[in-house]
This record gives sequence, C-alpha cells and structure tokens, in this order.
Amino acid sequence: MGTPQEAAAGTVRTSSDAASPDVSTHPPAGESAGVLRSTAVGPQDAVQLLDERGESRHDATFSPYVEALDAEDLRGFYRDMATVRRFDTEATALQRQGELALWVPVVGQEAAQIGSGRAMNKADYAFPTYREHGVALTRGVDLADLLKLFRGESNGGWDPREKNFHLYTLVLAAQVPHAVGYAMGISRDIAADPSTEPAAVTAYFGDGASSEGDVHESMVFAASYDAPVVFFCQNNNWAISVPFEVQSKVPLVNRAGGYGIPGIRVDGNDVLAVYAVSKWALDHARSGLGPVMIEASTYRVGAHTTADDPTKYRMMAEEELWKAKDPLLRLETYLRGEGLADDAFFEQVKNDGDELAAHVRKATLALGGADIRQKFATVYAQAHPLVAEELAWFENYEASFADATTQPSTTQASTPQGGAA
Amino acid sequence: MSTMTIAKAINEGLRATLANDPKSFLMGEDIGSLGGVYRVTEGLKKEFGGHRVMDTPLAESGIIGTAIGMALRGHRPICEIQFDGFVFPAFNQITTQLAKIHTRSDGQLSAPVVIRIPYGGGIGSIEHHSESPEALFAHTPGLRIISPSNANDAYWMIQQAVECMDPVIVFEPKRRYWLKGEVDTKNSPGDPFKAHVVREGSDATLVAYGPLVPVALAAANAAAEDGHSVEVIDLRSISPIDFDALEASVNKTGRLVVAHEAPTFGGMGGEIASRISERCFYSLEAPAIRVGGFHMPYPVARVEEHYLPDIDRMLEALDRAFAY
Repeated sequence: MGTPQEAAAGTVRTSSDAASPDVSTHPPAGESAGVLRSTAVGPQDAVQLLDERGESRHDATFSPYVEALDAEDLRGFYRDMATVRRFDTEATALQRQGELALWVPVVGQEAAQIGSGRAMNKADYAFPTYREHGVALTRGVDLADLLKLFRGESNGGWDPREKNFHLYTLVLAAQVPHAVGYAMGISRDIAADPSTEPAAVTAYFGDGASSEGDVHESMVFAASYDAPVVFFCQNNNWAISVPFEVQSKVPLVNRAGGYGIPGIRVDGNDVLAVYAVSKWALDHARSGLGPVMIEASTYRVGAHTTADDPTKYRMMAEEELWKAKDPLLRLETYLRGEGLADDAFFEQVKNDGDELAAHVRKATLALGGADIRQKFATVYAQAHPLVAEELAWFENYEASFADATTQPSTTQASTPQGGAA
Repeated sequence: MSTMTIAKAINEGLRATLANDPKSFLMGEDIGSLGGVYRVTEGLKKEFGGHRVMDTPLAESGIIGTAIGMALRGHRPICEIQFDGFVFPAFNQITTQLAKIHTRSDGQLSAPVVIRIPYGGGIGSIEHHSESPEALFAHTPGLRIISPSNANDAYWMIQQAVECMDPVIVFEPKRRYWLKGEVDTKNSPGDPFKAHVVREGSDATLVAYGPLVPVALAAANAAAEDGHSVEVIDLRSISPIDFDALEASVNKTGRLVVAHEAPTFGGMGGEIASRISERCFYSLEAPAIRVGGFHMPYPVARVEEHYLPDIDRMLEALDRAFAY
C-alpha cells in the first residue's frame, strides 16, 4: 500500500469512491430488514490492527503509528480504558444510590474514546457529546467534574479552554457545527499569524445524531472551507432503542464521499486501530488538507442511560456477541502475549482504578456549591438590568424569610412575603 | 454629520467594525459579491476580501453553529440571516446553544456572535419575507435583541453589538432600509440597550421600535392636531427593555400604547403593558393598550395593509386610552 488513500482501499473513501460504492461490503438488503439484528455482525471492512483474539494485524498505512509507540504507551492505553470503565461503574452505582439524577454509561466504547482521545495533540480541541468520558480522561479532565452535570450542580464542570475539551452537549449534533467553526477559527488564526500552532478539532457524535441536519450542514461547511476537523462517529449500533439500520442502510462512512471528505471505517473496539486512524486523520486535517470522517464501529454494551432498559428492544445474544469483542480484553491478551505487561501491572491498574473511584465518590458527595445567585450572575457576560432587578427581588424575598424566623410568630404571620421589585 | 440611508449606515457601521477589529468578519448567504439581497454589505468583500466577508453554504443552522465555534476560538462573527422567516433552521443553535454557552460554562466561555436579521412587512413581498419573530428570541434568556429605527442608530448599534460580549440579534427594519437620516460618525448615541424619547409629550406615551417608529411619530403629529400631546419612545432595545425610561414617561403621561408589527398575543407589547401596569399603577389613567399584528401567520401582500399597524390604528388606540 502506498499513499493513505490507496493504502486503505475500501476504507479510505474519496468522493470518486462514493460515486460507485463497494456494495459487496454492505449488508444485503434482505439482512438489513431484520428488526433486532442491527449491524451486530461487526465491522467487515474496517481497519483493524488488533483482532478479537488480541493478535496484531498489519496495515501498511496505519501500523506505523502503532509501531512508533513504546511499551509504556501501550500500557497507557490499557490503563486509560480500565480507568474509565472503573469510573463508569462507580458513576452508575452513584446513580443507583440516588446521588446522580442520571448517568450515561460508556462501557464497550472505551477503545473508540481512548484511541481517538490519545491521538490528539495538546493544542487540538475536542467537542464531545455527553458520553465522552474516555475522551475527557485523555484531555486531563478530573473525571469527578463530569458528574457535576449529572448531579445538577453545573451544566459545565470544567474549564474547556484549559482542557481543550468543550462542555458536554445534550442537544444531539448541536456541537458538531461548533467543532467545524472552531476549526475554521484555527485556520483564520493561522492565516492571520503563520506562527500559530497548527491544530485540529475532533467532533464527536453517534449513529443516532448522524441523522440530524446539523451533521450534514457541518460536513458541508467543513468541506467548503477545508476546516481542520475530524468527524469522529462512534456507531454504537443503538440510538436508545432504535437500531442502526433505521438511521442508515449503508455504513455512515459512505456519506463522507458525498461531501468530498476522506472516510475511514475502523474497528471501534480496537484501541490501536482507532488511535492510528485518528492520528492519520488529525495529521491530515492539521496539515491543511481538510476534514476527515471516521466511523468507529462499536457497541453500547450497557443501557443508553440509567433510565433505559435495553431488554425491551434488543436481544441478549447480541450483547453477548459484542462482549466477546471487548476492547480491554483483547489489549490485555496482546500485552500479556508480547510480554509487555504482567500481573503486577494489571493489579496496579485495578488498585489505581479503585482509588480513582473513591476520589470520584468522595468529590461527588462533597459537592454542594450550586447557588442560584451564580446562575443570575452568568446569564449574560455584561450587566443586564432585568437580571439585576430579579436578583434584587430574590434577595429581598429570601431576606424576608430570614427576618421572619428571627421575629415572634405573631408578626411572622402578618409579614408580607416577596414583592420588593 | 452626513446623510445616508439606514442600509448605507449599517454598511458604514460594518465597514468601521471590519477596519477596527481584525477578529471581526461577516458571514452569510449572498453577502459577498452580491452585497446581500438588500445590498447592505455592498462593496465590503471587495474592500476587505472574501476572508472577512464570507459567502456561506445555504444553511442557517450551519451559519450560526459554525459562528459559535469561531466565537469560542476568539473571533467575532457577524452573521446575516437573509430574511426573518428563514431564521428558524437556526433557531435550535440560537436558543439551545448560543444563548446558553455563557451560563452553561459557569461564566467561563462567551460567544459574542452578532446575528443581523432584516425583519418586518410592508414591502409587498411573498411568504416568509415579512415576519417579526423578535418575541420568540426575547423570551430566551441569554440573548440581547436590538432594533434601530434610524440611520444614526443603525450606524452605531451594529458596531456596539459587535463590541458586546453577549450574543446580540440585530433586527433591521427592512422596509426602512432606504429611509435617510443624519449620521454622526464621531459621537455615539450611547448605550444601545437604552430607549430614546424621540418626541416629547404629556398626555400619552406611545412606544414603538424598528419599522413602526416613523409611524408612531406620524401618529403623534396627527394626535397633536386633535390637541393631544403624545410622547413617542423608540425602544431601540427589545431585550433588555429600558423599563426605567418607560416608567418615567408613563408616570408623566398616565397613558401607554405599545405598537409592533408582530402579533399582539404573546408579544413584546404584553410584556411592556404588564410591567408598566405594575410600576405605574397609580399614575395610569387608562389600561395599557397594544397595537399589533393579528393572531394569524403574516398574511399575503395584497391584504398586509390591513394587518400592519398604521397611523390610524395607533390613533384609534390612543383614542381608546383618552376615552378613560
């Protein structure tokens, strides 16, 4: 394999590829009509560097990215995936114990997130959905901060500018044009000052959100302006209860060609492959060649959220099939087989995970700083008379109760409450 | 001082912004070589280049969505939505994203995006080209909404909108684009979020904004012939509303009429009437009266004269107020 486009033939698609899609890689029409089958057969034409048995596969284009990693890097991939899985378990437990309003499990998607997250440079920027806990870890976000949103303490929780990791976005696909715009902003900065550090942006979204118009408009803009953005779609096969084939009859990556964007389909449960294709895509974008779309085929092993019940819409057998493709298991097999990690390492990872879980629990239970006054203060960046008036009314209203509690009960009954505005 | 149309004044204001703020740029549909469907951006691409005056794909959500991203990167996007009725594909980005970014980030992020929207009817146009959707946005905390009614304000308010750290929607009165007025390019008229008393009076307060300010002034002149002294207030800012200015006026006049093209039900007039009733209850000689569009989608051009508040509709409302 020579150039990246040639190298990933059948995977890296250009607009000309899309004009005559390789139908042999698509599910036959009869199969896609099944109700609960989804695309559980797994990626057939996806880039894979580590198969489900933990054996490495060679790819002339993408293997060099992995070969450049040392043993510590590889162990780091495992450590990150195990960390976010342990964190996920703790967050789910906190929700079940009534400490969180809701939780969004990430189990099963660790490789897609750690691989793509670790491929980013520090100056790169990520726009997550609400499930990118693994990416958050790679961007240096204290995972305890993610829970502020789910505990009703904050709608943010970290400084996006410090982490180059935007806030979680709950309106599906709304963050995707933001990512494109941010990338266009990088291009503007470089045009204005060539010494600006080149950077790329990763826009995360899922198979469900891929049906939103904002994804389409984002790809149009990104292609038109050669924005340095990587569209990273985690196709986890289920949009809450709706299987993938309701969103699309063909792999989502096929759409890339329609926009004139290179598209790569990758085994989303192979952290090394995800890392490599993400690195390739980010390099491509960062070097001014324009956007890339990646479809990471993965599976939401758990529920959509803690309020969801997958037993109502999908078969256990499908879940079991995907558990066999577990991203942690195959990397562990590989690391042990290559003699890159031993029992002591895995024991250490487990202990560190428990320690992190304890930190997350403690930090979450200690939260309590939410203040309606801070909400008044942040509606606008500049002074606003209506907000000021309502805050003043609220302060007087609150104060009226304070007065009442310090006065005899007879006056308390006759004290008018509120209305100072 | 120089005389120019409102369209030219906005053009000059944008030119000044582009010259003064290297982070600012215009984006929208047909705003480059064509200069916009109303030619408001005419000549700006030639002067500043396609990099500063960007023709975008035909996608309103994409325009606002990418503008948010660029603002997060530190740029100052000034977006044009081609017509009022075409803002709705971007409604999600404006209301769920743009309006909330500052507070969602606990004040850490700002998205100072400016959105210019030509609005209002009276131009004999086709469906979706004559609407007044300002109340839909005014109801969304986090947005600021202004509407100039004259050339001087048009020149200054667009520049002030770009300087503001909050997202600002500028509703431009499209049927007044060719209205000429004096522009003082040296001295700013001050805070863009304050109302202006544009005609002093003592018997009633007539509040309007954007395209209806000239109509309100004409109605006040007609009322004067009947011996009524009507004070006219140009609201200028629809969110926030300068209630202090309205309160001071109504406490003086004792009567309030609010006029806008948008339907009265759920409109800005109701908000103004309600708040002024609370603030000025003991000064009011009559209930606050609204003049506005009917509760119907903006009608076809052949009957829009019956829909739009005109001088007579304002005088009728004033008469009702005086009858108490």
